[in-house]
Amino acid sequence: MNLGPHAGFILAAYAAAAVVVGALIAWVVLDFRAQTRALAELEARGVTRRSERANPNSP
Amino acid sequence: MTEGSGLHHAIAGTKKLPMALSDLANPSRFLAIVEPVLPWLAGATALALALGLNQALLVAPDDYQQGATVKIMSLHVPSAWLSMFCWGLMSVAALGTLVWRHPLADVAGKAAAPIGAAFTFICLVTGSLWGRPMWGTYWVWDARLTSVLILFLMYLGVIALWRTVEDPSRAARAAAILTLVGAINLPIIKFSVDWWNTLHQPASVLRLGGPTIHPSILTPLFIMAIAFTLLFVTLHLAAMRNEILRRRVRTLRLMQAQTAAEN
Repeated sequence: MNLGPHAGFILAAYAAAAVVVGALIAWVVLDFRAQTRALAELEARGVTRRSERANPNSP
Repeated sequence: MTEGSGLHHAIAGTKKLPMALSDLANPSRFLAIVEPVLPWLAGATALALALGLNQALLVAPDDYQQGATVKIMSLHVPSAWLSMFCWGLMSVAALGTLVWRHPLADVAGKAAAPIGAAFTFICLVTGSLWGRPMWGTYWVWDARLTSVLILFLMYLGVIALWRTVEDPSRAARAAAILTLVGAINLPIIKFSVDWWNTLHQPASVLRLGGPTIHPSILTPLFIMAIAFTLLFVTLHLAAMRNEILRRRVRTLRLMQAQTAAEN
């Protein structure tokens, strides 16, 4: 692949996009882990929603 | 809006909504639908991105005037489309919050803002890196570039508003109003290249008379646009799921604090 005299600009554009998309994916994954961990800790302490107390198998 | 009040709103609001939307009014049902769909969407996104990048970088020819820098278009144009699509989606969600009081509307709006900001940032950075070798400058204060920069700042404003106002239901209303005001910018961005003299070129894909781009470059662009759209949908649904879980954590912590205070 020959990117010509402006290869630096093309590579910088793709690298910037990759970094931003990677950061978005990391944010979503880490946030999901943080929220599920917090929910699990609360449930372990016996703090549950009313609907879950009435129906423990509800999603 | 807490989950409890959200469900209350759902009962009041669903009578006016189409069936498909009212089905999703229950956050638990939404989670049950989204969980199995997300891995498939992530897989489809990865496949589409791999195909699009292969087409854009290895298959598409260089432009006869712009040379290989035309490859930047496969990032710049899809992210520009998504930056506007995302604000349009947030505007519909804002109506859902203010008019129909749909319990997932403000969840959708809040989850979309950081993703929209990220795609607008990609659009601005890739455009700047494309502009330097083609125009001789990274930036110029023409109507298109300036209106997209304003869109980016509006995204940051919505994110800041959500972080500043502690009560989610008050934050939702304020963010919805700001989003609807910001929607005025969308036609300005779209038609800025027609209404004013700009260094930025006029529309070359979505225009009367058809695209002005050769199919050998247009096809990779469309594949990348599909891939970016799939990426957006996947990230948005995942961020909505996270936001619902965050509100559950908040509700449970409030319940825990209330119980501790009573004892």
